[in-house]
Amino acid sequence: MANIPEELIYSKDHEWVQVEGEIATIGITDYAQESLGDVVFVELPNEGDNFNAHDAFGSVESVKAVSEIFTPVGGEVVGTNEDLNDTPEVVNDDPYGDAWMVKVKMNNPGELDGLLSAEEYEEYLKSEED
Amino acid sequence: MTDQDLKQTPLNAAHRELGGRMVDFEGWDMPVQYPAGTIAEHLRTREHCGLFDVSHMGEIHVVGPDAIPFVNHLTTNDVTNLVDGQAHYSALTYESGTVVDDLLVYRFGPERLFLVVNAGTQDKDWEWIYSHKGDYDVDLSKASDDYCQIAIQGPKAESILQTLTDTDLSSIKYYHFAEGEVDGVPSLISRTGYTGEDGFEVYADPGKARQLWDTMLTAGGYGSDTGILPCGLAARNTLRLESAMSLYGHELSDKITPLEANLGWICKLKTEFIGCEALRDLKANGLERKLVGFEMIDRGIARDGFDIYSGGGKVGVVTSASPAPFLKKNIGLGFVPPELAETGNEIEIDVRGRMLKAQIVPTPFYKRER
Repeated sequence: MANIPEELIYSKDHEWVQVEGEIATIGITDYAQESLGDVVFVELPNEGDNFNAHDAFGSVESVKAVSEIFTPVGGEVVGTNEDLNDTPEVVNDDPYGDAWMVKVKMNNPGELDGLLSAEEYEEYLKSEED
Repeated sequence: MTDQDLKQTPLNAAHRELGGRMVDFEGWDMPVQYPAGTIAEHLRTREHCGLFDVSHMGEIHVVGPDAIPFVNHLTTNDVTNLVDGQAHYSALTYESGTVVDDLLVYRFGPERLFLVVNAGTQDKDWEWIYSHKGDYDVDLSKASDDYCQIAIQGPKAESILQTLTDTDLSSIKYYHFAEGEVDGVPSLISRTGYTGEDGFEVYADPGKARQLWDTMLTAGGYGSDTGILPCGLAARNTLRLESAMSLYGHELSDKITPLEANLGWICKLKTEFIGCEALRDLKANGLERKLVGFEMIDRGIARDGFDIYSGGGKVGVVTSASPAPFLKKNIGLGFVPPELAETGNEIEIDVRGRMLKAQIVPTPFYKRER
């Protein structure tokens, strides 16, 4: 069963969000990395880029597949995890820790309301499998 | 669930027990990878040994006095060059010279050949072959349900398989085969494969597939860091791509001739076969496109079907591309006009709207040390 930390919130596109003040840190979930397989390439936006909620801001590629990553909240990119350029496999090893992808300064924290709690995300994964 | 409609090999339960992630491949329920993952499976095959279920492949017996002339009429390679116990790579071609399927032709004897064709094309192949029987004195029979096929591949394949058979494997040359027993099971042991490594493909009664699979895993030390690993379709694909071997539907198809796909060596144009005239004309008049290998220069991964650009215009298409786990490069195969096919030439690949530089390189990308 996929690891789903209690303290994070989740999108149905399998991103996780950690909120500190007006900054949202975003990555992909354990379920997402497991589905992709060996991650070999991560493409992230540039600092200063602006996105609306649900825009694709980058992509994660495994040997076999490409998956776009979507930002669950709109705002300005204020940080990206450059380490993933050289060590994309960290996405498999530590999706919720060292493999954070971007930090977004949120335009509208109200957009977080549409996201799922850990419990709701777990339910969502179960319903997807059925 | 649609899984019910998918065909299964006799090793389906084994794949599930090993944690294989099952996918629909050409109508077959097959493992795309096991828990070790594609990269580990790929590297283990290059460095030690990998085990592949390829029981979904199709088999056809051609038996009778006209077996050799009949298969020679249908295929591009020259079956008269084969001796008993030898196999070769070949293609079934249409009158237009494009490809019905690529295949292996095994010669058991002057009146007995055995064809191994792709899984997804086997029904089409059978109809094509059967429809050309005419007055040839041959018996044709579908044998796909009579065989499992297990590929054991990698530098340790011979030593592992040798522990399970009295047949002297060192005496079987590349693209030759022997009939023997593996773990007491009557088998066709063929020194062939689709990985670019040394190795064998073992054909046997599907009822014995599980015994053979399990015994090969055990003999190969499955579970240890340098032991055999079961490998899924994803590793099978990256291994064949590093070795620049063609995959039907990608480098070959009913719209592509073998000559364009660098397979002139399997087209014996001095012999007569369906499509030979078209191929002779094509050779005389010059190709309009040629299959090349490329390596990404810019950061990014090309994928099957991406467009190839040069000088600001679209010049071709990627047929297969992927990260190459052993070479640690992003590589691909694709068609370009012959004048652009020089090694070292730069091309651009349209990677989801971004034009990324790539360079044409010699193929195969990977060649094992012998």
